[in-house]
This record gives sequence, C-alpha cells and structure tokens, in this order.
Amino acid sequence: MAKNTVSARFRKVDVDEYDENKFVDEEEAGEGQQGPDEGEVDSAIRGGNMMGALQAALKNPPINTKNQSAKDRAEHLVLKVLISFKANDIEKAVQSLDKNNMDLLMKYIYKGFESPSDNSSAVLLQWHEKALAVAGVGSIVRVLTARKTV
Amino acid sequence: MSLYSFGTDPISCHAWNQDRTQVAISPNNNLVQIYQRSDNEWKKIHELTEHNGRVTGIDWAPTSNRLVTCAADRNAYVWSLRDGAWKPTLVLLRINRAATCVKWSPRENKLAVGSGSKIISVCYFEKENDWWLSKHIKKSIGSTILSLAWHPNNVLLAAGSSDFQCRVFSGYVKEIDDKPSPTHWGTKIPFGELLFQSGEKGGWVHGVAFSPSGRYLAWVDHNSCVSVADSAEDKAVTRLSTEYLPFLSLLFVNECQLLAAGHDCAPYLFSYGGSGKLDFEAKIDVQKETTKTALSAMSHFRNLDKKGAKESERSDVTTLHQNSISQLSIVDGDPSDVTAFSSTGIDGALVIWSLKA
Repeated sequence: MAKNTVSARFRKVDVDEYDENKFVDEEEAGEGQQGPDEGEVDSAIRGGNMMGALQAALKNPPINTKNQSAKDRAEHLVLKVLISFKANDIEKAVQSLDKNNMDLLMKYIYKGFESPSDNSSAVLLQWHEKALAVAGVGSIVRVLTARKTV
Repeated sequence: MSLYSFGTDPISCHAWNQDRTQVAISPNNNLVQIYQRSDNEWKKIHELTEHNGRVTGIDWAPTSNRLVTCAADRNAYVWSLRDGAWKPTLVLLRINRAATCVKWSPRENKLAVGSGSKIISVCYFEKENDWWLSKHIKKSIGSTILSLAWHPNNVLLAAGSSDFQCRVFSGYVKEIDDKPSPTHWGTKIPFGELLFQSGEKGGWVHGVAFSPSGRYLAWVDHNSCVSVADSAEDKAVTRLSTEYLPFLSLLFVNECQLLAAGHDCAPYLFSYGGSGKLDFEAKIDVQKETTKTALSAMSHFRNLDKKGAKESERSDVTTLHQNSISQLSIVDGDPSDVTAFSSTGIDGALVIWSLKA
C-alpha cells in the first residue's frame, strides 16, 4: 500500500488571516468582568430567597470578557440557581425579569444545553418553555445572533 | 387587503410606477417583469432581460418615469421608456462584487447603489458623455451594504450593513446639487462624510428608513430588534427587542408610526413617541380561522402510522403571506400619511394592505 506522504498541514492554514480586509470584532474592555458574586447568590439561596438569587446570578454577566474560566464560573452559578428552583415558581420568576435579563437568561439556558450534566437538561427545558412563552422567538434569535456570549 | 400570486418563485424585489397601475418585480432571477393591472388581473407587458445575474434591487422614479435595476452581475441599468419599449443605460458602478440594493434620490437626479465590495456608489448623469457616473462612499464601511434610504432633503443617505452597523452619510454631489442647508444630522456635509453610526453587536442591518420629515431614522436588524434614532434629540437611539422573528424591511406610514415585516410573514406596526418610547402596536394580518375538520377514520390511522400521533399537527402558516416578506412599499397616500401599502415575499405573492379600517 502506498504510503501517504502528502502533507495535510496546509489544510489547517487560516487563509483569512492574510486577508487585509478581514473583519475583526473589536474587543471591548471586559477585563474587569468577573461574573456574578458567588457569595451573594449562595447566601440568597440559603436564605430561601430564590428570586433574589436569580437576580444576583444574572448580575454582571461576563459577556465582554474572553476569560473562559469566568464564563464557566458564571454559567455554573446560574445553573445552580435554576436547578434549585421549584417547578411551580419558574413561571413567576420568569415574569419578574425585564427584557434584558430575559435575553440573558435565554443565553444561559442555551449555554447549559451545550454541556449537559445529570438532569440539568430536563430542568433547563422547563425554564426554556416558560421563558419562550414570555419573551417569544425573538429572544432565541438574539441568542443565536449574539456576538457577546456568556 | 388583496393577495395576488405571481407564481411559485420568490419575488426578490418590487417597485410601483407613479399611479400604481404597473408594478415591476423580479422573480428571483435575472429578469425584471412589468405587470399592468386591469381590473383584478395582472398582465405582463414588458420583460427586461439585460441583466445576467440575479436582480437584487428595483426602484421606479415616479416623476421622470425611469426604472433603475441592480443585480449580482455587478451592474446597474437606468431604464427609460421610448416608443413603447424600455431602453437600458449602463451605470458605471466600478465595483467588483454584487450590487445589493438601489434607491433613487427623492429629486430623481441621483441614485445610490449598495454593494458587496463595501462601497456605496452614488451615481449621477453626466450629459457630456451621456452616461451615469458614480462616486464612492467607503468611509468605515466594514462589510456588505444591505439596505439604503435617502433623506427627503436629497443629500443624506442611510445605509444598513452586514457589519451590524447603521450609518448616515452625506451624498452631496457638488456637480449637480445645490448647497445643502444644515440639518440635525450635521451642519458641514462634504461628500462621503459619516454623520451617524450605531449598532448593537449581533445583527445584520436588513432595512433602514427615514421618517417623512427626515427627523427620525429607523432600522431593523437580524436580532429581531427595531431601532429609532432621533436627530433632534442629539441622535439618541431607542431600541425595542421584539418577540418575533427578524424583520427584513420597514416603512414609515406617518411621522411617528412605522411598519416592519420579515421572517414572521406579517407586517407589524410600531409607534415612536419620543426618546425611550418605541412600542409595538399591532400585527396587521387577517387571521384565518383554524377550522378543525372532522377526522376521517382513514386519516386517523394514517396519522397514527406515519407520525405516531392521533391528530395531524397543522403545519400551514396562519398568515396571509406563506413565507418571509422581503419588501414593503407605499401604494396609496402621501409619505406622511400612508393609507395603503404593498408587500412581496418568498411565497411569490404580492399583497396590497389597507391601513384605513
């Protein structure tokens, strides 16, 4: 059998890199964004204040930073809050959010779908159903088109 | 409202003549067809075949009765009717990518063509050589121009682009224009000057429009948002994130109300009442009754077999248009008080809507 001697390395060359007209997303200064405050969220959960926990978890989202660990930490925290909700309270919680937080919650929900862990998808699907009923397909479109991801 | 079908091919763009008795459409290919209305029928009276790429834009100048078309073959033609036939004149666009949209200026002495080469060509007629020349606007444009709109003062030009930005440029051509008086958008306006720029990261700007007075600029982008900038209020931008699928086209029906239509297959009415007050008003559509027909035994078992469900899920679209709406145009009324408008879409239909109940 013929030995494959042809190099395949050229397939991995990013030719767009050499295009002088390449579109570059300007990065906004997001270095200070460390995501939501874990202590605040935890104390709200312990105090039984689930609405407060959700609001705290959606605060200061790491959407402008490239720091992957900050993003992971925020997603983990939001997921923890979403899972600790009782199924009956979800609807009320979703309705209490404003438009921007609605879109943000939808981003976290889809992010959660990306890396399912035990039973998280079932919970997220419940949230998704309620969020969709309030914010419409528009919020899904905004998740898909967003350049600033969580 | 009335629906007219022009076949199964999508209608990529359309334009009306002055008295709205003729409409020029492109059936998503290199042809431009002109239909004459007689009673409730549409009769094809002309077919313009000069383009050899997909036609991407048509505009009809009402007073001078000239058509302009642009296409993916990188050309634009100005058509005039002589002895019962439309004769094309080539416009020298000097672009190396497809032309994407074209608009006559309000006074019909200029036209603007957007293109994939990150350029807006502002074109004007030069008598000496008997052709249409173009000047290029390039400043800070990062990607393809998707939509254009002229300010009523015949000088300013708004452009939506796929680099997520909506911009206002000066389209002042000193060879043919009178010296423009300052507006709220800017006081010194040499050709190509960037007067305004705005855009949230996240959506191609599919449609732009100036309000009838030119004070407001509205645009729609692919993240289902509608935005309005108020030039008199320091160009403050008000954004509304809607619950619907993205919009592709928009149209002011009076100074404070605008229509947007797109992938949701129906026009939506929005009102603007000053900074921060952009609200959804109504969905303009005839709701079809969803008749639940009695299920025959045969269809019952067929559904059970095919889909594992007892009832067939209705998948037909409940709106009048059966697919995305690609363009909106005024049919009746002054720009500051539109009483009827038309929409064309991917479903090959032209719908004329009345705004007066």
